[in-house]
Amino acid sequence: MWEYTEKVREHFFNPRNAGPLEDANAIGDVGSIKCGDALRLMLKVNPETEIIEEARFQTFGCGSAIASSSALTELIKGKTLDEALKVSNQDIADYLDGLPPEKMHCSVMGREALQAAVANYRGEAWSEEHEEGALVCKCFAIDATLIEEVVRANGLSTVEQVTHYTKAGGGCTSCHEGIEEILAKVCAEKGAAQNAERQAAPACATSAQPVAPTAKSGLTNYQRIRRIEETLEAIRPQLQRDHGDMELIEVQGKRIFIKLTGACSGCMMEHATMAGIQAKLIEALGELVEVLPAHLLDKVSA
Amino acid sequence: MNVPIYLDNNATTRVDARVVEAMLPFFSEHFGNPSSMHAFGRQVGAAIKKARQQVQALLGAAHESEIVFTSCGTESDSTAILSALKAQPERRVIITTAVEHPAILNLCDWLEKEGYVVHKLPVDRKGRIDLDQYRSLLTPNVAIVSAMWANNETGTLFPVEEMAEMAAAAGIMFHTDAVQAVGKIPIDLKKTRIDMLSLSGHKLHAPKGIGVLYLRRGSRFRPLLRGGHQERGRRAGTENAPGIVALGRACELAMEALEHENTVVKRLRDKLERGILARVPHAFATGDTLYRLPNTSNIAFEYVEGEAILLMLNKLGIAASSGSACTSGSLEPSHVMRAMGIPYTAAHGTIRFSLSRETTEEEIDRVIAAVPPIVAQLRKLSPYWGENGPRENPEQAFAPTYA
Repeated sequence: MWEYTEKVREHFFNPRNAGPLEDANAIGDVGSIKCGDALRLMLKVNPETEIIEEARFQTFGCGSAIASSSALTELIKGKTLDEALKVSNQDIADYLDGLPPEKMHCSVMGREALQAAVANYRGEAWSEEHEEGALVCKCFAIDATLIEEVVRANGLSTVEQVTHYTKAGGGCTSCHEGIEEILAKVCAEKGAAQNAERQAAPACATSAQPVAPTAKSGLTNYQRIRRIEETLEAIRPQLQRDHGDMELIEVQGKRIFIKLTGACSGCMMEHATMAGIQAKLIEALGELVEVLPAHLLDKVSA
Repeated sequence: MNVPIYLDNNATTRVDARVVEAMLPFFSEHFGNPSSMHAFGRQVGAAIKKARQQVQALLGAAHESEIVFTSCGTESDSTAILSALKAQPERRVIITTAVEHPAILNLCDWLEKEGYVVHKLPVDRKGRIDLDQYRSLLTPNVAIVSAMWANNETGTLFPVEEMAEMAAAAGIMFHTDAVQAVGKIPIDLKKTRIDMLSLSGHKLHAPKGIGVLYLRRGSRFRPLLRGGHQERGRRAGTENAPGIVALGRACELAMEALEHENTVVKRLRDKLERGILARVPHAFATGDTLYRLPNTSNIAFEYVEGEAILLMLNKLGIAASSGSACTSGSLEPSHVMRAMGIPYTAAHGTIRFSLSRETTEEEIDRVIAAVPPIVAQLRKLSPYWGENGPRENPEQAFAPTYA
């Protein structure tokens, strides 16, 4: 049995604001029955003041999913939409005196439902990258997908590095075998990709043109940096929403150095953020690039 | 007013008071090491011999030396499979099923990484395997077949006696994880071709920390633990004398209760299942309800989540378990439910009730009364449930921005 706090149990057995809200003007649906938890958040927002006058929920899910939904509605009632958006998943968990690490996704779902409902009210499209892997590190609630992204983005090769970057494996150490498997998998993929590149190399050589390392995307250096900047501009509002920001420091061939600022700097999700930026840049440039934190600039280029 | 009701006997059982009584002296006055030459040791040695015979009787084994005491069912499973691989290094294939206990499946997954080939037989919607498909896999490079006798989640029985015959005909060793079956259904190993069998004490009213590997005389064997000469060198390590004595007594009691288990317990289980299904719409029993353990009922409640049901049952003092993702810490519902193709709308809401010889009629009546309002209450909370039933096309009625 999970160790639920009294507050979680109380909100599960006596959920506040449960059931449909007939005259809701903002509805946020997240999750699915397939995933095992789904939440519909229904708000009645005053169009004049943007104050949430009524908030109700319907939830399919476990005890902590229902308790998190209940806590969310209590937290946001009476707030304006902008104030409500400042409620983080940690606020939901704190309101319940904490959730077991395996159950933190329940509070994340609450926060996402809130964003979805606000987007629905404002007529915006809302989508969230939502990929969750198997839980690897139970001490710090780090899942396989996150570890894999961070390993890939930072070219990590040891369990110790993974612990430094993500905290995973830094507690009871019982997940080290799982982390080693992820490292081995990413390493094997990298090896395969390099082999493919090497095999493709002769074909490039026959085009007789010496290919500059930066010209892979068919862009000039100037065009390429412009595109990097455009891509970063598109991502920036997401960071700013969380009171963070970033700065492009340097582009050296495949290495793009970025400095995270504001709330992003020193955030425990910093590496996941970097991995996300890297994925977007790879997509935009059509080539493999590596995004590195700016403080590595001296070390790497030396 | 809420005297607790324990319907989670497939997870573990209460140690029978008579078993406790039998084992207690082996902590205090009979504390000797059975390997010792003096009287302290000899008494314990004699008690272990008796316990071995009691286990032999319940299993219907031909020889008492075929009983090897281990620490648990998992150790027995690991010993059996790793022994078969070590003893026949030229054979690199393992056949098992998709619905085995993690003690087998996780071991097989690891062996797969080590380079072995593992075939996991799929099951149909009722949890049954296809014997023709099984037969087609019995090739000379198979080291061992391991199939559970009874499934821990649904109670569904596999025809292991027939499967063992087929394996023997192809010259392949056969192991069965009978942790759930022993003590609940009659077993007579000497009449079968089963080479190895795992059992666990705490599933039949003995304490935790004691198990058995049955090893047919003449089977090629390589020990997992090497060291002293205990268990004829097949399982080194000083004997867990209190546990062994307890297991012996528990086997004796299980033998006496076997008829009760298959009449009274079975009737109570059927009453519980019928009672709940008659009162709760959109619910069904999973597994092969015609061929299963007498004590187990696994019911899927559509559009509700299992952990929430368990928490509410627990508040009423009723203990059961669930195959829902949320109870396991993984993000997927039980592998058994997925292997049977139970739709996601129901797989997250499966509840297992497992009875024992201690279960009473009054308890069953209370559970039948408790379950319907709990399910109704949770469905009222669910976005997939309308006024009087599931929303038509629930996946469309509920439109998340992502899934």
